Amino acid sequence: MTHILSYSIWTPIFLGGLILLLSGKVSDIQAKWLSLSSSIISFLITIRLYTDFDFSFGQFQFQEFFHWIPAFHINYHLGVDGFAVPLILLTSFTTVIIIMASWRSIEDRVAQYMAAFLIMSGLMIGVFSALDAMLYYIFWEATLIPMFLVIGIWGGPNRIYATIKFFLYTVLGSLLMLVAFIYLYLHTNSFEVVNFYNAGLGLYTQILIFLALFMAFAVKIPMWPLHTWLPDAHVEAPTGGSIILAAVMLKLGAYSFIRFAIPIAPEAAIYLKGFMVTLSLIAILYIALIAIVQKDMKKLIAYSSISHMGFVTLGLFMFNSIGIEGAYVQMISHGFISAAMFLSVGILYDRLHTRHIADYGGVIHAMPTFTAFAVFFAMANCGLPGTSGFVGEFLVIMSAMQNNFWIAVIASSSLIFGAAYSLWMVKRVFYGEVRNQKIRALKDLSWREFFIVSILALLIILVGVFPKIITDMTNATTVQFLEHIHFIKPITLLPLDV
Amino acid sequence: MNSIYFYLAVPLLPLVASICVGILGRKLTDFFASSVTILSIFIAFVLSCITLNETLNGLVLNQTVYQWLLTGHYQFEIGFLIDNLTAMMMVVVTFISLMVHIYTVGYMKGDPGFRRFFSYISLFTFSMLMLVMSNNFLQLFFGWEAVGLVSYLLIGFWFERSTAIYANLKAFLVNRVGDFGFILGIALILHWIGSLDYATVFKSSDIIVAHTMQLFGQPVPVITVICILLFIGAMAKSAQVPLHVWLPDSMEGPTPISALIHAATMVTAGIFMVSRISPLFELSNTALSFIIIIGAITALFMGLLGIIQNDIKRVIAYSTLSQLGYMTVALGASAYSVAMFHLMTHAFFKALLFLGAGSVIIGMHHDQNIQHMGNLKKYMPITWITFLIGSLALIGTPFFSGFYSKDSLIEAVKLSHIPGSYFAYFAVLVGVFVTAFYSFRLYFLVFHGKEKWRLQKSAHRDAYHQGLNPKDNPHESPFSVTLPLVLLAIPSVVIGYMTIEPMLFGSFFAKSIFLDIKAHSTMEYLTHHFYEIYHGPLGMALHSILSLPFLFALSGVALAYYCYQVNSNFPKAILNRTQTIYRILENKYGFDAFNEKFFALGSRLLGERFWRVGDEKIIDGWLVNGIAKSISKLAEKIRLIQSGYIYHYTFAMVIGIFLFLTFFIKI
Repeated sequence: MTHILSYSIWTPIFLGGLILLLSGKVSDIQAKWLSLSSSIISFLITIRLYTDFDFSFGQFQFQEFFHWIPAFHINYHLGVDGFAVPLILLTSFTTVIIIMASWRSIEDRVAQYMAAFLIMSGLMIGVFSALDAMLYYIFWEATLIPMFLVIGIWGGPNRIYATIKFFLYTVLGSLLMLVAFIYLYLHTNSFEVVNFYNAGLGLYTQILIFLALFMAFAVKIPMWPLHTWLPDAHVEAPTGGSIILAAVMLKLGAYSFIRFAIPIAPEAAIYLKGFMVTLSLIAILYIALIAIVQKDMKKLIAYSSISHMGFVTLGLFMFNSIGIEGAYVQMISHGFISAAMFLSVGILYDRLHTRHIADYGGVIHAMPTFTAFAVFFAMANCGLPGTSGFVGEFLVIMSAMQNNFWIAVIASSSLIFGAAYSLWMVKRVFYGEVRNQKIRALKDLSWREFFIVSILALLIILVGVFPKIITDMTNATTVQFLEHIHFIKPITLLPLDV
Repeated sequence: MNSIYFYLAVPLLPLVASICVGILGRKLTDFFASSVTILSIFIAFVLSCITLNETLNGLVLNQTVYQWLLTGHYQFEIGFLIDNLTAMMMVVVTFISLMVHIYTVGYMKGDPGFRRFFSYISLFTFSMLMLVMSNNFLQLFFGWEAVGLVSYLLIGFWFERSTAIYANLKAFLVNRVGDFGFILGIALILHWIGSLDYATVFKSSDIIVAHTMQLFGQPVPVITVICILLFIGAMAKSAQVPLHVWLPDSMEGPTPISALIHAATMVTAGIFMVSRISPLFELSNTALSFIIIIGAITALFMGLLGIIQNDIKRVIAYSTLSQLGYMTVALGASAYSVAMFHLMTHAFFKALLFLGAGSVIIGMHHDQNIQHMGNLKKYMPITWITFLIGSLALIGTPFFSGFYSKDSLIEAVKLSHIPGSYFAYFAVLVGVFVTAFYSFRLYFLVFHGKEKWRLQKSAHRDAYHQGLNPKDNPHESPFSVTLPLVLLAIPSVVIGYMTIEPMLFGSFFAKSIFLDIKAHSTMEYLTHHFYEIYHGPLGMALHSILSLPFLFALSGVALAYYCYQVNSNFPKAILNRTQTIYRILENKYGFDAFNEKFFALGSRLLGERFWRVGDEKIIDGWLVNGIAKSISKLAEKIRLIQSGYIYHYTFAMVIGIFLFLTFFIKI
């Protein structure tokens, strides 16, 4: 099958659009089944990326190319390497999970809600596979729209503040990115990413470019101090919105550092390493301390997400293979774990309509099966070996030690604080005496919920026990990436197999 | 049997049993759940014995099971290293685990969490086996944290009790503090050697000896940093001061796991780890000094706390802390094999004591206060005899297993020349007296004297249990409880006599434990003494009758006898004279209060401050909303210009044209 990337992008968008059109004509339950089958079809298409990809070499594969706006040399150019494939799979997989997770919790405008996620997943796959900066930029900005709507329409009481904050934060950053792209276009007379890589910029220019891109990507990850939109957005978003936000959308930022900021401005990246590492360490330590004292479960998980993303940026800016691949495993693992955590909160919220930790206590008496999963997810969240959460943290700590003893010391502190916030929450929510009659009356997991959480739990264990399945995808690309950073070795495109 | 799958079966059997019982839990009968797990542990035990037999015949197997991860030139693998050290641990772990499994059938009967409990302890056995069988640091860490997880789950087994869920969180967090050091040590090893495989690391350990690193502005040998960091991990897991605080609280868990996890196996993981990587520790005298001092402090001061406890399990818990201190002291004295030997004998007699305590607790209907007990020998003869055997072994009575390990240990410390060994010698010697005193205080109060529960006005009662009624008689526990007691009592008596020669002075550990004989000659002297002066284990016991440790132990027992059998007013009289010391002991030297106030409260305060001030006030308040506000204020000002009056606009236009002409038109 040729054009597999185009299929991956446009199938969910097209099917999502179709469901939007049909929204008045089909019943809610039909819309749900339509959306579920659409998401599964999209997921199966992306599986082909995994099976057909040649992981033994790291260059862009499955390329597609045609001229789009010739006047500005803007092309529809797609292609993926070992860095993009795992994230694309994560995106399409997460969409399936979200649609199943939203089965009962959304009752208002069901078709539109489901369609928004399908469209969003296509757009995000577009971000991960675009090799033309303008195409990338359009996909990047377009993903904001469905997210904006999901929070703004199906969100909580304070949703307007949250959406505006979310939107302004991200748009402000993106505009600087656009400026950087236009500069690079004028410099290379092309929007081709690969041409950007090999542009041969001076250090001063590289630093400016890097900082402009940094603003866009750091907001998305989010890095301290540009992070305050995330807890608000999570608290207001419906469960599905939180899952996609944490599991995939944050990775757009980290991925873009790898795809754009670092390889376009490698000398600047090394020059600014201390800056990036400092921000990452602040994220790991400062944010973890904040997470401990949160009273709202979603906010706690949001802060824990930021802290975990600190490991991603820390690993990336260690500039060694163990750090970069550690960051990658951390991204995928965080996709599963944060999805599972937000889903767990959603399961409780669906039943009691509160997210305050103080309203819970002794949930285990009424929901033993669910508690078993929740404790497992909390353990994964604090990096227990055997779960995916451990692999990323472990590798990043190892890579940090290669650079500096004290970086590793601060990074390892998350072992303690991660356990503190995760397990203290577990203690207050799940253990202890039953707090009130409502909790006593809770119903344990339905079959649908059980199915979703078990899939996530199995994946978390799978990656924890065989992390090789992820690093096998990224190994070759990492080698090429590091050669480019350290020795400015040009990255070349394979000839198009048209 | 050189197939790796044979050895893989040992840990996997308990894992499979645990998963089956865990997942199918509610659909299984209690009988089925317990039988499946017991059967799987039994097979694992048999396989472990076969393994020990093979390693005794010279087998050493170091093989990879699968590659865990590969990145750059680093590879991480899961694999097994099977030698005498491993095989001995495998046998001890599976044997104690088997005993505890059988015991649990009787002890936990009727508990709603019966099946869950079996699932947990099988999972624990799996984790512990993975830990001891590992051939690399990564898998060691895996097992290390996995046993911590199961410990967490089991301490909080009765999750409705606030004390239990406080204790399990505390245990996990304190252990994480240790893991924090441990993972840094591992990272340093990877950084300097480039591999986490034991064999590779030991082979290239001389590479790092010459290197130093800058810490706090001073050059410190890398090997010292590595060893101390790794030992911090051991301090948490093996409950050494100041990371010991979790172990006494862990007694909130059911008694069988106190025996299995918090006495016999998991807490000795730190001792095992240091012995396993002795080639590294041998290279750093600083680290060894650190170890011996920490161990000595733990051995003496934790033993002292045992004297004032009235909860039967807590007395034994402090005794465990103290004995772990003894093992640590032996490590510091470079007598790794002695530490392992004491680990083994301790596993048997301490598991016996805990299970015996559990039997007493059943007899007393879950009243754990020893001041309510007395004369139980009349009602629980098997428990009584086995408990006495355990106590005698613990205090080091000649010919009992504890004697051989403890006496060798004390002698090793005496012979050591590492800085701190004099203090350690003093500590372990006084510790013998303390051990004998608290052990027999417990023994006399529980099994002899008046039947004190009859003096209570009504049965002791707490939120979960009703104690023994003053009029009722306690009963001996069921067969499944007493059988393990008997089976554990046998090795508690004989194992020391049987194994001291090969383990300490023979070649049993020759391939597993590395000694730098030139620098640390303790073991050589010890061997010399054993053969030249004692002429074997029998002579060792006979000689000891006149030795200091024996006299100390004897006087401890005698004092306990006087205090609690002859003149029961004497302890109170002493108590009244030593109020200050008593208060210090009662507050456990203030560790808990300090941790609670400084670390727990401190990090919460800091978090609160960061959140309210850093995030909400500065970033959100000043920066985000501040920018938004100043933009809207600016807009408010600019808005005034847009007045809508044509003459305002015309005026602005004229001014504009005027300015434009002035600057750009050159006249």
